[in-house]
Amino acid sequence: MEGSGSMGKINELFASEIKVINMGLVSFAKDLKEQKINVIHVDWKPPAGGNQKMASLLAKLKGK
Amino acid sequence: MVQEKIQKANQEALEKILNGQPVLIGIGTASEVVPGMTKKSIFHAGPPVTWKKMSGPLKGAVIGGLIYEGLAVNEAEAVALAESGEISFDPCHHHNAVGPMAGVMTASMPVWIIKNMTYGNEAYCTLNEGLGKVLRYGAYGEDVINRLKWMETVLAPVLKEALALSGPLDLKNMIAQVVMMGDEGHNRNKAGTSLLIRELAPHIIGTNFSNEAKIEVLKFIHSNDHFFLNLTMPACKATLEAAKDIPYCTIVYTMARNGTEFGIRVSGLGDRWFTAPAEIIDGLYFPGYSAADANPDIGDSTITETCGIGGFAMAAAPAIVQFVGGTPQDAINYSKLMYEITEAENNTYKIPVLNFKGTATGIDIQKVVETNILPIINTGIAHNKPGVGQVGAGLVRPPMKCFEDALEAFVLDLEEKGAI
Repeated sequence: MEGSGSMGKINELFASEIKVINMGLVSFAKDLKEQKINVIHVDWKPPAGGNQKMASLLAKLKGK
Repeated sequence: MVQEKIQKANQEALEKILNGQPVLIGIGTASEVVPGMTKKSIFHAGPPVTWKKMSGPLKGAVIGGLIYEGLAVNEAEAVALAESGEISFDPCHHHNAVGPMAGVMTASMPVWIIKNMTYGNEAYCTLNEGLGKVLRYGAYGEDVINRLKWMETVLAPVLKEALALSGPLDLKNMIAQVVMMGDEGHNRNKAGTSLLIRELAPHIIGTNFSNEAKIEVLKFIHSNDHFFLNLTMPACKATLEAAKDIPYCTIVYTMARNGTEFGIRVSGLGDRWFTAPAEIIDGLYFPGYSAADANPDIGDSTITETCGIGGFAMAAAPAIVQFVGGTPQDAINYSKLMYEITEAENNTYKIPVLNFKGTATGIDIQKVVETNILPIINTGIAHNKPGVGQVGAGLVRPPMKCFEDALEAFVLDLEEKGAI
């Protein structure tokens, strides 16, 4: 069955050593660290810190 | 594509900045060499500001400047004259000049003359008075005025003759050396001042002045670790001025503060200032003072950061953290972060601890707004009342509004021209 095949792969993944790259909320990375999982948090922010007006001005200059 | 035009313009600006060759060619009197200087002019740091809106230290320096020029005999007369409208206040930056802290320059003051040998433009700056109760921090007591007179009648003439004997001094080369020696050229100028003494001492001895005058001059420079600041600043000014007025260019060529407002100017937007209220500095205070005594950010000295030294080169000057706060690792992190908002690595100013990587140079308003990372500035803190002087030093950032307003104006300008 298709479902059991996917589950099999997921189980296989979790049975191996997990290495995680986390983007977004830093709390996800912290939780994993507490469980001794190798995790790298990417310090990502939306363009212009989420200021839509500024993001739209930048987009005009980039021809987007 | 407009982005291609912007990239080309920014590359042109960086080429001009990196190819600049600031050289100290002499000393002159402001009224004779600084364009637009008159007996009733007061040039000051930062963007334009009226007497009414000036902060305490700038008002104090104006009072001192008027007394020094003999236009007033005391504080009351100086204030009345400043209020009368007879005095012409204007930014140093509008006259190819820069001034640390209050940055007050008046007609009789001696000024360093720096020439950008690649592009032929000149920049000017007064000579540094030392720390504590000095005019640039808004002090105007008798001792301050007497020191300024001594600088005019002894220090400057001796140095002028010494420079005539030594010939021009290559400041780009000297700044490159001092960054290797643990200075960053804004708040740490110990190596630069020492190097300057080494360059000039034999020629000071060779002048025709009395031994007493020569000793006074050498002792004065030796007593003031910031003496070289007033050379790094006009060196940066002469360098950056060559990169202004390039159409489509988003590189910042001026950052300056008058103690009330912080202002920036962008190459592709000409002489327009983009201002916002100046920030309070996060720093270390001298004994007896606290943040309650601090004036908001003031001075043209952030021309150093605009040119890729100062706060941008803090990794090269770990000892500075004892003066401005933080740890040596913080200094390294600040310098590294600045590559996110700049166009190039400097080809001359290199940081040993970063494997001799060139300092982050050429602030791009697009990158500042996009990353939300502001330039890092290390600076002195002036007391908020006239006449007191310096109370500490620390770190500060410009207001984001300056960069956002500049970006908005830049887009509007291109839209009006039909370029986007």
